[in-house]
Amino acid sequence: MMEHPIGLSIRKGTKVYPGTVALSEVDFDLHMGAVNVLVGENGAGKSTMMKVIAGVEQLTSGQLFLNDNPVTLRTTDDAAKHGIGIVFQELNLFPNLTVAENIFVGRELTRGGIDIDMAAQREKTRALMKRLEQDIDPDDLVGDLRVGQQQIVEIAKSLAQDARILILDEPTSALSAVEVDILFRVIADLKNNGVGIVYISHRLEELIQVGDFITVLRDGVITGARSMDGVDISWIVQNMIGESSKDFAKEISHPFGNEVFRAEHVSLGSSAGGLLVDDVSFSLKSGEILGIYGLMGAGRSEFLECAIGRHPQSVGQIFIEGELLTEKTVAGRIGRGLALIPEDRKNDGLVQILSIRENMTLSSLEQFTRGIHMSLSRERDTVIDYIKRLTVKVASAEHAVSSLSGGNQQKVVISKALMTSPKVLLMDEPSRGIDIGAKAEVFRVMRKLAADGLGIIFVTSDLEEVMSLSDRILVMSNGRVTGEFSQDSATNTALVEASAIGHAQPTHIKEPA
Amino acid sequence: MMADLTASVPAPSSPNALLVLLKARTFIALILVFTFFALNAPNFLSTANMVIMSKHVALNAFLAIGMTFVIVSGGIDLSVGSIVGLCGMVAGYLVLNGIDFGLGWSIQFNTFEICLLVILVGTAIGAINGFLITKLNVAPFIATLGTLYVARGAAMLSSDGRTFPNLNGNPEYGSDTFRWIGAGEIFGIPVSICMLIAVGLLAAYIAKRTPLGRHIYAVGGNERAAGLSGINVTRTKYFVYIFSGFCAALVGLIVSSQLVAAHPATGDTFELNAIAAAVLGGTSMSGGRGKIGGTIIGAFVIGVLSDGLVMMGVSSFWQTVIKGLVIIAAVVIDQAQQKVQARVALQAQAAINK
Repeated sequence: MMEHPIGLSIRKGTKVYPGTVALSEVDFDLHMGAVNVLVGENGAGKSTMMKVIAGVEQLTSGQLFLNDNPVTLRTTDDAAKHGIGIVFQELNLFPNLTVAENIFVGRELTRGGIDIDMAAQREKTRALMKRLEQDIDPDDLVGDLRVGQQQIVEIAKSLAQDARILILDEPTSALSAVEVDILFRVIADLKNNGVGIVYISHRLEELIQVGDFITVLRDGVITGARSMDGVDISWIVQNMIGESSKDFAKEISHPFGNEVFRAEHVSLGSSAGGLLVDDVSFSLKSGEILGIYGLMGAGRSEFLECAIGRHPQSVGQIFIEGELLTEKTVAGRIGRGLALIPEDRKNDGLVQILSIRENMTLSSLEQFTRGIHMSLSRERDTVIDYIKRLTVKVASAEHAVSSLSGGNQQKVVISKALMTSPKVLLMDEPSRGIDIGAKAEVFRVMRKLAADGLGIIFVTSDLEEVMSLSDRILVMSNGRVTGEFSQDSATNTALVEASAIGHAQPTHIKEPA
Repeated sequence: MMADLTASVPAPSSPNALLVLLKARTFIALILVFTFFALNAPNFLSTANMVIMSKHVALNAFLAIGMTFVIVSGGIDLSVGSIVGLCGMVAGYLVLNGIDFGLGWSIQFNTFEICLLVILVGTAIGAINGFLITKLNVAPFIATLGTLYVARGAAMLSSDGRTFPNLNGNPEYGSDTFRWIGAGEIFGIPVSICMLIAVGLLAAYIAKRTPLGRHIYAVGGNERAAGLSGINVTRTKYFVYIFSGFCAALVGLIVSSQLVAAHPATGDTFELNAIAAAVLGGTSMSGGRGKIGGTIIGAFVIGVLSDGLVMMGVSSFWQTVIKGLVIIAAVVIDQAQQKVQARVALQAQAAINK
């Protein structure tokens, strides 16, 4: 094997955010001319570590070394000057500008510092697209491109900066198999030119295929770092999850009731063609917690949105307690006993500008209303009751909901859903963006609700969570249900494999150890 | 339990006191402006002046109330001034001519029927705004800009740009009471002021104590979250534009009755004064925040300011400049309030989390 000098390293790197330790004394080495893969669950600290390297965040303590010289990167500009480029998971593109304009945004090629040299930009963009084997015109608007092509543009953007160190955060999440192949060829090419690549992905097969070195993170601590030789999926999963399961809500056994929710052949087309949700059917009993596991973009959230009525154009049938849902509107479906806790709390779950009380009762105002008159005192009493029941930590129910921590905000969203007296609760990533203590509390609430006879469908990308919380597990991939497991039959490896079905070439699936 | 919680939080007194001051800023401004003119402008405090001034303020306040709902819902209604003009013309036409189908006879209306028809016209234009914005997805600014021109043009066309004079009505048709709207009194209070009190109370009630009001705030604060919470966003938006049209129709009636004439250019730039009053009263242009009470006080600040300056003999050019400065100052202070408010809430929350 080639010699891989260490181009960048972190020693005893610690990053503390208010309330949580995101990185704890990590030692990380980045090998040049190689692909350094980074893996870990959501919230394990991968993104934080990459933000530190890219100059977005600074370490609370510890030191960053570039070629053995201590450096401090204060801004992304700083990092770029040192030859560090990053492709973020969320696309940072301007849909209203052209491909060429996006690639050179902030670093426009100019004549005399004033006049943008469009011809040169176009020329360079064309060369980059040729290298990426893409037929994208430099003058196309980025907004008109498919998401996969947009990701290619994002990659081209960092290639254009001639980065010596390139960080790719889930670059393949929206790419087709062919595009993934092209990307891998480009990566190999960069490697041969001595570029050090950090590659973050949840697709373990892909990591094994592309990686030279692997680093596994769990809860801000590095739990495994070695060269890729001899690494298999079960080794990765073991290091990701750890031996002992975190003490989430323990099972309280209770019998299930009758079927409360059934989906039959639910499908949803996407604007780009193809299906986001592809013929999904399953049923749920009251008191049952059904976990839906899958990667980002597997169609899990979209399915929940179909169920709640956000996509009137979706097809298929939903039954509540055996009766067909004919209502097409969200309000109608809430009335029939469905309630959704959206993934994006900030944009879909809460009205940030309103108070905690006003947010909680938003879906159930008619409960306090006689004629047109709303009883504010009854509203307040109910809100206080829910604040107690869900142990929401608030100074006053009149404060803006934006002043709460993530976990407490989530409890407000859950309260809002519960106030509509739902029969089925649809929860999209209920633990996203909340700390471990609040997580355990949210799970305890879910358990208790199920014991009270509520049917719960929850979506998560967290293996451990889905394993410990669900009575039954569905796995989705590419919009389809690709696996169904009972609590006993589910294993980490089986879930991961089912979640990769239909994705880029899992050519050599390793047997579970 | 809530009281206990609140009491247990160590009150950071200085920002709280500051917050109270900032929250009451429009009211304080009103008192300051009022005191200033009471001391400096002769006859400012006379009853006659008070009545005239409140009649002026009432016109703007009506529009500003409707505008507040629209802005709180995240929109804007530029068409209200033109609706005032058109509604005034409709009222004038009906008083003078009734409806003539060209069959040799015409339908004449009494005052009450005229009012109903005029209000119907105003709410219909509001409904058109709502339709354009919700069903055809036109941005509120553009949709209401369009109806602004259409309504103004229609008002001009209705009389070829001429004034409908002498709207005294005809006792035979029961329309001679039309003048009462602008000139009459109930228990010594001008009718238009009574109407303002009624509409103001109604709007404040809707805002505070009905689900509809809460929906308006939610839609303006976060339309997606509101929709996912089961709120009918389309219906809520329809309501605010229809209500705004309703308020504009009332102003059209009052103005034409006060002047005993209807001129098609009436109401020009009224929409800007209404927006100014709402903003002065603490309504956020980005939606989700605003109070009816604040808006009415805001309308009074603007009204007192312009009337007082006139009485002091300040040139109308300076008046315009001063009005602009007051509005800018109001928004700057509003930003400061938001910051202090967020800090107080965060401090209280941090104290709880310890």
